[in-house]
Amino acid sequence: MQFAKSLTRSLMLGSTVALAAAAPARAASTLVVCTEASPDSLNAALSTANTSFDVTEQIADRLVEMEVGGSTLKPALAESWTISEDGLRYTFKLRRGVKFHSSASFKPAREFNADDVVFTYNRMLDHSSPWYKVGGSYDMFSSFIEPALQSVTKLDDHTVVLTLKKPSASFLNALSIQSLSIQSAEYAAAMEKAGTQSRLDQQPIGTGPFQLLQYQKDSLIRFRAFREFWGAGGGMPERAAKVDNLVFSITPDPAVRLAKLQANECQIARYPNAADLKRIRTTPNLTLQEATIASTSYLAMRTDHKPFDDVRVRRALAMAIDMKSLVEAVYQGTGTPAASLVPPSMWGTNADLKPFDYDPQAAKALLAEAGLASGFSTDLWAIPVARAYMPNGRRAAEMIQADWAKIGVTAKIVSFEWGEYLRRRRMGEGDVGMSGGTWDFPDPSQMVVSLTCENMKTGRNVANWCNQVYSDLVDKAGVLSDQSQRAALYQQAQQVLHDDVPVVFFADAKAFVALRSNVQGFKLHFLGGQPFGGVSVGD
Amino acid sequence: MLNFIFRRFVLIIPTLVGVTLASFILIRAVPGDPIEVRMGERGITAEQLTLMRQQLGLDQPLWKQFLDYEAQLVSGHLGNSSITHAPVWDEFLTLFPATLELALAALIFAAVLGTPLGVVAAVRRGTVLDYGLMAGSVTGASMPIFWWGLIMILIFSVTLGWTPVSGRISDMFYVEPWSGFMLIDAWFSEDKGAVWSALSHLILPMIVLGTIPLATIARMTRSAMLEVLGEDYIRTARAKGLKPSQIVFVHALRNALIPVVTVIGLQVGSLLSGAILTETIFAWPGVGRWLIEAIQRRDYPVLQSGTLLIAILVMAVNLGVDMTYGFLNPRIRH
Repeated sequence: MQFAKSLTRSLMLGSTVALAAAAPARAASTLVVCTEASPDSLNAALSTANTSFDVTEQIADRLVEMEVGGSTLKPALAESWTISEDGLRYTFKLRRGVKFHSSASFKPAREFNADDVVFTYNRMLDHSSPWYKVGGSYDMFSSFIEPALQSVTKLDDHTVVLTLKKPSASFLNALSIQSLSIQSAEYAAAMEKAGTQSRLDQQPIGTGPFQLLQYQKDSLIRFRAFREFWGAGGGMPERAAKVDNLVFSITPDPAVRLAKLQANECQIARYPNAADLKRIRTTPNLTLQEATIASTSYLAMRTDHKPFDDVRVRRALAMAIDMKSLVEAVYQGTGTPAASLVPPSMWGTNADLKPFDYDPQAAKALLAEAGLASGFSTDLWAIPVARAYMPNGRRAAEMIQADWAKIGVTAKIVSFEWGEYLRRRRMGEGDVGMSGGTWDFPDPSQMVVSLTCENMKTGRNVANWCNQVYSDLVDKAGVLSDQSQRAALYQQAQQVLHDDVPVVFFADAKAFVALRSNVQGFKLHFLGGQPFGGVSVGD
Repeated sequence: MLNFIFRRFVLIIPTLVGVTLASFILIRAVPGDPIEVRMGERGITAEQLTLMRQQLGLDQPLWKQFLDYEAQLVSGHLGNSSITHAPVWDEFLTLFPATLELALAALIFAAVLGTPLGVVAAVRRGTVLDYGLMAGSVTGASMPIFWWGLIMILIFSVTLGWTPVSGRISDMFYVEPWSGFMLIDAWFSEDKGAVWSALSHLILPMIVLGTIPLATIARMTRSAMLEVLGEDYIRTARAKGLKPSQIVFVHALRNALIPVVTVIGLQVGSLLSGAILTETIFAWPGVGRWLIEAIQRRDYPVLQSGTLLIAILVMAVNLGVDMTYGFLNPRIRH
């Protein structure tokens, strides 16, 4: 039996992690979170999905991290940093006394140091490194870090220097993405020696508040509190584990997640159905938390095609949409009409901007002024998938179609399968279409740059809108290091965007989470992985 | 018999090539590039796209991709998932026992309940009991699984609190998945409460997945029994003065079982497709959910090799069913 046991276990190595030899069958305090899907990878470096970020957020740390529920950067494994005058050298002073988790197959002999940082970054940066090919592709790193990063060097055990190819103001904020979590170079070396490199990603260890105990694909992920977590002693006490065990119970259907929450099989249920929000608010023992997420959604018009090259036409189309009714019907209480590209949850938002007033008469007059009194026909591309930033693209498109019909504009709704939709939009198809996205790191630049002249080439500027004033403001903000100066520039840029109307914003979307009333200390995070350190379960 | 099995095995090979070709073409015929789907709203630069296409081998002409895939299969590799990068075989091996456990439980539930119900309906033909059972079976056969599952959860788990909502075992139990069958793993775990927990988690999904096969088996048993009960030898048995129970169970049922066994065998296919929904509702970590997710995310290697494995399985069951005929009916012994 023992043989069969070990044989089967070794067969299942790819999917099951058994880090600690023995675990308590029943624990004093356990927090069960009903999550929506299995992670793509247990190492967020190999993934672009929040399901992976949620795992890495518990078990590992980055050089810098975000405050929970806000967009301010905090020192984490880097205690402090300096940026050279020319903005090209980032020198990080590393925290001392940081311990890595241990596992059945590996016991760390030393604490965290500069070698770990160099290993983590070079694995993704140096394409000739033997580690580069282990695991898969590093999509987040190659999208947000690699274009700017030249090299990573160790000055001494507790100092590393990141050298950039060109100044980039968003670089530091981008370092807080879970995909840049620091891995143990010592663990990597041990696995390399044993010929089991893939364990680095399949049985990850880190410096975070929880250590991974067991992963069963599509079933559960089990963590145990790491009592030697560096943050507990004062570095980041709010992130320390307050429960002994943390379990992600993977439950794909939102109605079933809610049922599990009601039956107290889990204490936190993520992503409830919009239709269930009212019921959750009125159910005893349950509470609902909400947060505006870092996302944007808009209707983009091809400013290089007729008649959308005329700002009066674009403004008329914006004014003809009854956005309040649309947001109510489509978002079902999970959004408020938006006017600023950067959402109110993030610095750099422009709170002075107001959505266009719904005024079909004025819209008609504007169209007449532009020589289109009898209206015109256009296509209208509707997003085919449900997203927090656009829960029902089809319904939104139908409402716009009806509104525009009132001013004589005939819209033909177009939609494709999601991958096909994205590809065709990127290739420049369609005159009017929905776009949107969610921020990956707390810096306005990520979405703001997509509408610059430069990005007409890449297909990200779906409006094909080139406004030099906007582009210059955004470019200038992209190299300054002072956040308040950058915020002011982004606010000005958004004013330009608002006046020139290449896009019409839909809504600032909210995310929700349902909790048992006895859950304390939970704060819904607005982008990236959700931390569960600091969360406890009362009686 | 050996000759028969050998001939069937030889026939299986072209079928499998056909299955791989069909799944290869069908998944590529679905619009949506796997890399575009993966990158989503973030978008991708032309260089990144080229690099990723190379990594996944999607830059090659289709015929070459297919031949490479077949060559890889012949050498015994099913490939790696393009999303998780884990070997498809490992993922299948982890998830399949859960599907099998649930399918077996549902099949046993359906057969153990369906066969006697069909017999009762046949023996009591034309009575209220017969009409009631058959009306029930029409309802059962046309039950939308998703709705049925949610209703069962709301009644038995949320309102009455009799059964757990979803999953295979309470999260409080730490069970090492060495066999993958939760009932067995729980049995060998140190905590004996684990077995009860695993059993109680199995009840609702078993009933939900077993409902349609139950209805089908009951109807099939009834019609097969009616046919057999009208045969001359049954009249002879009655004339001989045999006990009614002996006539029904010994003389009629065994002969009526042949079509029923066929139906039970055919249910395996429908159990696997029904498992897709049941697994999603009950958060059951099986291959149904795995394949659906692979379709949504255009995970070509998982879809191709996963379909192949399922096809092998269905063929094996069919072969098994054909072999059972021989035991049930000596006249068609191969």
